[in-house]
Amino acid sequence: MTESLSGENQATGSPLALQLKSVSKSFGLVRANRDVDLSVEAGTIHGIIGENGAGKSTLMNILYGLHRADSGEMWIDGELTAIRSSADAIGHGIGMVHQHFMLVPNFSVIENVMLGSEGGSLLKEGRTATLKVLDDLGQNYGMTVDPEAIVSELSVGLQQRVEIIKALKGGARVLILDEPTGVLTPNEAQQLFEILKVLRDDGVTILLITHKLAEIMAITDAVSIMRNGEMVGHRKTRETNPQELAELMVGRQVLLNVDRGVANPAEPLLAVEDLSLTSSGGQELLKKMSFEVRAGEILGVAGVAGNGQSELLEILAGMQQATSGSIQVLGQTITAKDPKDPKSVRAMGVGHIPEDRHHHGLVLEFEAQENIVLGQHDGALAGQGKFLDNRAITAHCRTLMDTYDIRPTNPNLKAKNFSGGNQQKIVIAREMNANPKVLIVGQPTRGVDIGAIEFIHKQLIALRDAGCAILLVSVELDEIMGLSDRIMVMNAGKQVGILDREEANEQKLGLMMAGLSSDQAA
Amino acid sequence: MSAVTPPLPRWADVFLLPIINLSIALIICGVIIFAIGENPWTALIVMLKGAFVFPGSLGYTLYYTTNFIFTGLAVAVAFHAMMFNIGGEGQAYVGGLGAGLVAVFLAPSLPLLIALPLAIMMAALFGAFWGLVPGYLQAKRGSHIVITTIMFNFIAASLMVWLLSGPLMAPGQMSSQTVRIAESAEMAKIASLLGYVGFKVASSPLNLSFVLAIIALFVFWVLIWKTKLGYEIRAVGQNPEAAHYAGINVSRIIIITLAISGGIAGLMSVNEILGVQHKVILNFTAGFGFTGIAVSLMGRNHPIGIFLASLLFGALYQGGAELDFEFRTITREVVLLIQGLIILFCGALVHMLNPPMARLLARLIKPKELDHV
Repeated sequence: MTESLSGENQATGSPLALQLKSVSKSFGLVRANRDVDLSVEAGTIHGIIGENGAGKSTLMNILYGLHRADSGEMWIDGELTAIRSSADAIGHGIGMVHQHFMLVPNFSVIENVMLGSEGGSLLKEGRTATLKVLDDLGQNYGMTVDPEAIVSELSVGLQQRVEIIKALKGGARVLILDEPTGVLTPNEAQQLFEILKVLRDDGVTILLITHKLAEIMAITDAVSIMRNGEMVGHRKTRETNPQELAELMVGRQVLLNVDRGVANPAEPLLAVEDLSLTSSGGQELLKKMSFEVRAGEILGVAGVAGNGQSELLEILAGMQQATSGSIQVLGQTITAKDPKDPKSVRAMGVGHIPEDRHHHGLVLEFEAQENIVLGQHDGALAGQGKFLDNRAITAHCRTLMDTYDIRPTNPNLKAKNFSGGNQQKIVIAREMNANPKVLIVGQPTRGVDIGAIEFIHKQLIALRDAGCAILLVSVELDEIMGLSDRIMVMNAGKQVGILDREEANEQKLGLMMAGLSSDQAA
Repeated sequence: MSAVTPPLPRWADVFLLPIINLSIALIICGVIIFAIGENPWTALIVMLKGAFVFPGSLGYTLYYTTNFIFTGLAVAVAFHAMMFNIGGEGQAYVGGLGAGLVAVFLAPSLPLLIALPLAIMMAALFGAFWGLVPGYLQAKRGSHIVITTIMFNFIAASLMVWLLSGPLMAPGQMSSQTVRIAESAEMAKIASLLGYVGFKVASSPLNLSFVLAIIALFVFWVLIWKTKLGYEIRAVGQNPEAAHYAGINVSRIIIITLAISGGIAGLMSVNEILGVQHKVILNFTAGFGFTGIAVSLMGRNHPIGIFLASLLFGALYQGGAELDFEFRTITREVVLLIQGLIILFCGALVHMLNPPMARLLARLIKPKELDHV
């Protein structure tokens, strides 16, 4: 399926800002990039799309000099170039904004921007120069940031802006953005796109790495698709469609939207009343939350990340204690005075798919089979009495690996060696297999590829139809709208309102996520 | 985001690296010995003979090995919970107090079948207590385990000086030590046991504690990999947040682990007090507790590795003593230097060669196709 682009470029005749010719890179035994060709026209936004582990980030790290390619050529502005370090890359006008920001949190914006170009032993000179750069960028591209603000106090969107400024300050003419919208609100993402368009019109070439099809369609001029370390296609964005891109990425047909069917909600299994949480620093993280989740329904929780959803999930799972309020779950009451630990909450029949599988859901250094009993290891599943029954655990793990299509089907492989999607499936298999009456789910498909998303969504719907009460927290609005029967919107630790799925649309939810009540949003 | 190091194959990590580290240490030792005018090769032969061949030497080597197994295991069990227990020295010391109290005061009126197990149990319990307190402070108060266990070594040392030169000091003499322990609390010498069944071997301090150490290795393996407690210990060590999510009481596991760790360290005193000294003396731990850290690191926190590392260090102690004895120019200090170099390369610098080795092996082994999962 690999296509050559060289003919196409000769046809259009636009100058190429960047060209890669059969670049290959291996890490130990893993070949992350195989004979990758890529041509990017100057002054365009070029998307690189692919599933997790397709080799997108490796390719960009080669471009930016963080990795050295084993073989292949790199041409920049028509010249054969060797990039051995990020300093080389910057020298050739390549700038990069990483997925995880490379900022010093306790430094101010200006201190971060001038880092690496302080200019002499006294800071004054570098400061003045940097201030001017900040000013210019603000005027030319509308990228204004308070130079004296401390980075850790800025919103994620503004922190990203600082990263972009850092890249542009070095005179970058090619800007690489690695999954830039993963941490942004829809609004912030929109602002970012506006800035990118201005930059493009100014002649900057932008490489946008993402696994979100909607972004590719919305903003790019051309797109290259990667799978298994290879380029499997190049398209002009206006000549393609999301379905075709998804199929190229996954290599087979995929359902972008799961059929939700009709919910038959019954009695409430989880009821939360006046739940509040105040941090030790006096910050109100949750304010008087009251809602219920009924058997056989999915209550989606929409909101920009960091508005109290994580705290809500942890309190419901027993990992944190609320300051006040009560939780009725399956007939038992949990209050601040009578807290329950995660073990007893689990014993009641509550399952928990945590937001962050690396921090909470899995012990990455453990084998798959050790992870498949995590939290259930003191039950009969893992063996009678005080000893582990490793043979039974292995058999159990194999069964779940078959049922939930976890690959590779090797119970002894460490969790860290599975792909993101399969890691998440391990967590989901474990929690769903316990037949929970109430399931608390956080970001079930974060960093999971399209094929696995489809599977996970189907499993959640199936569990709902089996009569489980599901609370679903996700920052992906599409996911909330695709799965939920009712949607609760959170802002600043408060519930803004609860909508039936039928009344909800993206705009209304977006306004509510910004804090407007449902009446105001209507 | 600097250059990514490929993973090191397990066989290289477990076998190849320790051998290379040991070789580097030996080569440097050889240079030093050459520099002071002796033949390094002859010295190596003397050391090996001194550790394994001369009459009684194997017994001495295994006697040292016993100490290292206990202190190495103690560090390893805590390490599985990602707790760095530096306090093996103090825990062994206080363990000796427990064993000594039973052996001196209770054992005279008790038969061997009760006195000996009781003394062993008290050694473990006293050591466990000395580990449990820092464990509690870490789990509940956030006091760093490295700091508290070091401090507890000093407390143990001062406590023992006071006891051995005060309340517990044997009357009618000038040494800071207790009276001799009752015979019913002594660990039998292996040489004399073999003598009963007709094997004549040279006498050595090697006693039944060695068997206890081998049992401890096995129990350790079962505990860590075959029990639910071991599972929880490893989960807490690898990812305390996931352990909390899974309903494991992280504080409780930390306290229990440190108690087990201290208990195993305490058993070292069984070898020294009940097996060899037959009284509680000052500083009988003699640094074995600290060397246990190197043993555990070199043994990769695995019983087989710890046994081999203990044997190496045991041979080094015994063979080193022989060097001092055989060569006029190789003094005690030079022997200490050699031991220190080996501890440095096999313990402290144990991971130094990991990255270059991993890169070298990755280059030697041909990449296979990326099998996608």
